[in-house]
Amino acid sequence: MANPFAIGKSAQEGKSILALEGYLDAHTAPQFEKAVEDEFEAGRIRIIVDCSKLSYISSAGLGVFMSFVDEIREVGGDIKICGLTPKVFQVFEILGFPALFDIVDDIPAAMKKYEESPVKES
Amino acid sequence: MASIERTFKLQVPSSTENLIIIREFVSSIGAQAGFSPAENAKLELAVDEACANVMEHAYGKDTTKELSIRATLDDDSVQIEVVDTGKPFDPGTIEQKDLDKLVSARKSGGLGMRLMKSLMDEVHYLMIPGQKNELRMVKRRKKTL
Repeated sequence: MANPFAIGKSAQEGKSILALEGYLDAHTAPQFEKAVEDEFEAGRIRIIVDCSKLSYISSAGLGVFMSFVDEIREVGGDIKICGLTPKVFQVFEILGFPALFDIVDDIPAAMKKYEESPVKES
Repeated sequence: MASIERTFKLQVPSSTENLIIIREFVSSIGAQAGFSPAENAKLELAVDEACANVMEHAYGKDTTKELSIRATLDDDSVQIEVVDTGKPFDPGTIEQKDLDKLVSARKSGGLGMRLMKSLMDEVHYLMIPGQKNELRMVKRRKKTL
């Protein structure tokens, strides 16, 4: 059975936007991991992950954010997250992600966040 | 009035592509139990985490193995048992590190167990060496007083 998950890639004002759609679970997380890795290796270290069309996330998907964020921040980049639906946000919240990541409403807000704080202040 | 207990069982090959089937199964059970969409989403995610752990850790991604999910509904709760015959794993041994420490150690393991404990009312783990591992989780049905 197909597990509907897709990643749209685009660039805007020097930021890479990864738009996630569908179900991000242990089956599809490797696709997301590869997408973040590709951006990082290409030197595109200012990443925005747009989750407005993401219907579901499990810890495998959250683990991808965790496994890359330090490395990206060490070289002056960041991962900003936007567009979380309440259902998906709840999972981020249970695991304390709002303290570790900039989570904003939409892509324009993520762009603005990059101007104010290129790397999340801890 | 005597409590009527109903049991449903799903057996699937240990492959992450089947997580979607497992979630659909669990979601139907939650709907039968009368859970709200938000409560049902919690049940679905907890079982997904339990099964993904079995697939990755107990069976080490061996897709020839099988796991079973048994759901029991009664008046008070939905009880889910995830059973495998793979490598035993004691969740009690997971170090409950702060999330920021996990990030700096680049470790994403243990997130699933944190989620399960937070999403369900009870989580129990039973190991019978050489026979099976059984993770039992309970979500109570809210009663109108």
